[in-house]
Amino acid sequence: MSGKNPEYDFLWCPGCGDFGVRRAMEFAMQDWNIERETPMTHNVVVAGIGCSGNTVHLLEGEQPYGFHGIHGRSLPLALGVKMAREELNVVVVAGDGDFLSIGMEHIGPQAARNLNICAVVMDNGIYGLTKGQSSPTTLENTVTSSTPFGKMESPVHPLDLYLTLGVSYIASGYSSKPRDLAKLITKGMMHDGFSIVHVSSPCTTYNDTYEILKGSRAKGTEGTAYDIPENHDPTDKDAARDLIARGGVPLGVVYENTTRPSLGQRLAKVRENNQAKDAAALLNSFSI
Amino acid sequence: MASQNEIVVRFAGEGGQGVVTAAEMLARAATGVGFHALTFATFPSQILGGPTWTQARVAKETVLSPGDSVDILVAFNDEAYQEHRTDVRDGGVILLDPSVNPDNGDQSHRCIHVPFDDLAKETGESRAANMVVMGGLSKLINMPLEYFKDFVSERFAGRDSIIEANHKALDLGLNQLKDEQAISDLGAPIPPDYKQIFIKGNEALSIGAVHAGIEFYFGYPISPATPILVFMEKNLLGEGKFAYQASSEIEAITGIVGAGFSGKKSMTATSGPGFTLMGEGIGLAWMAEIPCVVVDVQRGGPATGLPTKTEQSDLLTAISPAHGDAKIPVIAAGTVEECFYAAVHAFNWAETYQGPVIILSEHSLAERAQNIRVPELSETPVQNRITYQGNNGYLRYESKEISPFPIPGNPGSYVANGSEHDIYGDTTHLAKYHIHMTERRFGKLALLENAPFESDNPASKIALMPWGGSKGSVLEAYNILRNQNVDIAWYYTMFINPLAPDLLKALKEKDLVIVPELNYQGQFASLLRSQGINAEAITQYTGLPFKSSFLVERINELVGKYKKDMVVG
Repeated sequence: MSGKNPEYDFLWCPGCGDFGVRRAMEFAMQDWNIERETPMTHNVVVAGIGCSGNTVHLLEGEQPYGFHGIHGRSLPLALGVKMAREELNVVVVAGDGDFLSIGMEHIGPQAARNLNICAVVMDNGIYGLTKGQSSPTTLENTVTSSTPFGKMESPVHPLDLYLTLGVSYIASGYSSKPRDLAKLITKGMMHDGFSIVHVSSPCTTYNDTYEILKGSRAKGTEGTAYDIPENHDPTDKDAARDLIARGGVPLGVVYENTTRPSLGQRLAKVRENNQAKDAAALLNSFSI
Repeated sequence: MASQNEIVVRFAGEGGQGVVTAAEMLARAATGVGFHALTFATFPSQILGGPTWTQARVAKETVLSPGDSVDILVAFNDEAYQEHRTDVRDGGVILLDPSVNPDNGDQSHRCIHVPFDDLAKETGESRAANMVVMGGLSKLINMPLEYFKDFVSERFAGRDSIIEANHKALDLGLNQLKDEQAISDLGAPIPPDYKQIFIKGNEALSIGAVHAGIEFYFGYPISPATPILVFMEKNLLGEGKFAYQASSEIEAITGIVGAGFSGKKSMTATSGPGFTLMGEGIGLAWMAEIPCVVVDVQRGGPATGLPTKTEQSDLLTAISPAHGDAKIPVIAAGTVEECFYAAVHAFNWAETYQGPVIILSEHSLAERAQNIRVPELSETPVQNRITYQGNNGYLRYESKEISPFPIPGNPGSYVANGSEHDIYGDTTHLAKYHIHMTERRFGKLALLENAPFESDNPASKIALMPWGGSKGSVLEAYNILRNQNVDIAWYYTMFINPLAPDLLKALKEKDLVIVPELNYQGQFASLLRSQGINAEAITQYTGLPFKSSFLVERINELVGKYKKDMVVG
């Protein structure tokens, strides 16, 4: 059951990180609406397939438009939505399986085009909805239902990958801090180019990493999540690379390049300098 | 000297020798003065070299097919001569490069050596070998050299040195053959009294899309659909328009579905391999009820298949490109002219039933250049989207009827969903909604059932019904059969799926429906049989179009066999 739909019966497990991401999404879209003076219907949430994608049905309050598509294809779907109506705020919500396994081929082209959309990736390091198979971010040697002898692959390092592919805004967040996360998402929405906010969003059923992220006072362990130092310069690509190489889960803006034109900006130039012909003129150009 | 109403000229050689442009040039020059012409081209899938041939059929009346027997063969090398000489009719002429030695036994053809390249070099423009050929042809087919000279002057207007060199090449070519007898005399053309264009199938289809109001094109390069991508990137400009190269066919289809959701008329074009990859995305458009158009310019398949040959083997895939309960509307263009109209109708259908529509074209049609009557735009209506104008809280999927389409940015937000959904668009697994939505999606197809079809001699109990790009050859065969007093009916439509109920009714009343098609399985025939029609296919899977003489023979056989069976039965 959701706020708007009494018959909707999808449930996230208690404690699921995606609750926090949903809240952050709601904050971010509200902030965007205030900033741009637009109604909620100027927002389109394009969802991948997996637990994370159900965010689109569970948003509370005023409803944005949504498109819950097919597995792995949220980015090209978002491209279509955005380039058809550039005034819209187009946000992708997808998980590590959807975005980094079946959908990985779509990250590079959007980065190269600098497509002006924001992708919020909820990384729980597992396929939750299909009940616990290994995902690209599952750690090596982890036993899951699809890796009974331990995962035999190195995990993908998402931030490293985004930086290498040329994503022009890369932020890293944590689902338990929705207010902080919302700021990173809002900034991504405002960024005129391709932005990814990668969120550690634990799966309490199949891969509960809360303790790893936060640390445990009782056990005397330190959390892997840490605030990015204030002296980090996100416009410095080398600094971003160094930060990522430190490991752990940095929280904040990792990298930001505002100097590259977006695809929309480039096309605006083309439109300025080239005139369209109508069908009659085109037919005429083939006259005998 | 034989007088005839038409002439077929074939150019054969290696890619890069000007073979590809030769047939088009002859056809352009001929249509420029009022003849009718149609070209055929086949080439290997490589940038340079490889055996290539093109053909032009020039006539005083409308041309329906590339032609069966060749009057003149221009062979640029020995391989071309060996490969094609048997297609030249008795008494036909073969123009040969001097490096080629004609067989001593070749008594049935007049073989003439023409040093194409050396003569071209004499003009100072080594690429003018084509024009040397045209000069020689003007003598052989008794077409005034001025036709070609005017064509050159117009084509290269403002580039005097090129015009001069090409005019010289024409003179040299004519001079080379000055003592030869003409093979035929087309006589004076009878110029049509309507405005014409000379255009290829892919170009006509692209302009049809522009007339229909296309706003968004996203496509991945693939033979033989690439010219549509190139056309769109060059011409689909202006505010709110988008034409762009995708990184894959999967990206292309999901991109146009996204644009369709945003309220734009969107299209992609591909060929078999890409079309297969698009299956899931087409299913998404069906499921989420998003209008969009997908063009499949067929080539030989499966897998990479025959990238530069023609085939009609994607029909069943086109109707069922996606898993699950879905039946996608298909329009198959049969002529260059129909390529234009197929695009307009496909967009109109997509808007009418709010879902994906497939256009089937094929290699021979895409690359075919022909003179056609210029489409009358004011008589070709365009259907636009019925948009939602109400407030928020809209339940887009509540009824079983077509529902107004909300445009993002405006009130009426909802979730378009590729998962089965309820009236809000939210994901559901409840049986009542799967039943409701399945019936809603299929029910909308009824809106497309009033499509027109052609029929001739409908009283006959045996019918001939081609589909797609075989239309021309089959119509030619039909005309020959009717002249032979064979009692047979003609049916044709480009609206393949769903078929008009009146057409189905007429076909069901026939004793036999003969379906010539370029695939092994007889795909359209099997589709007709599944709808209760006694259809039998005439198949061919050579990568080349039908010859009408072959069809006349096969149709006569089938009709004869059928009549014999009736007597015995």
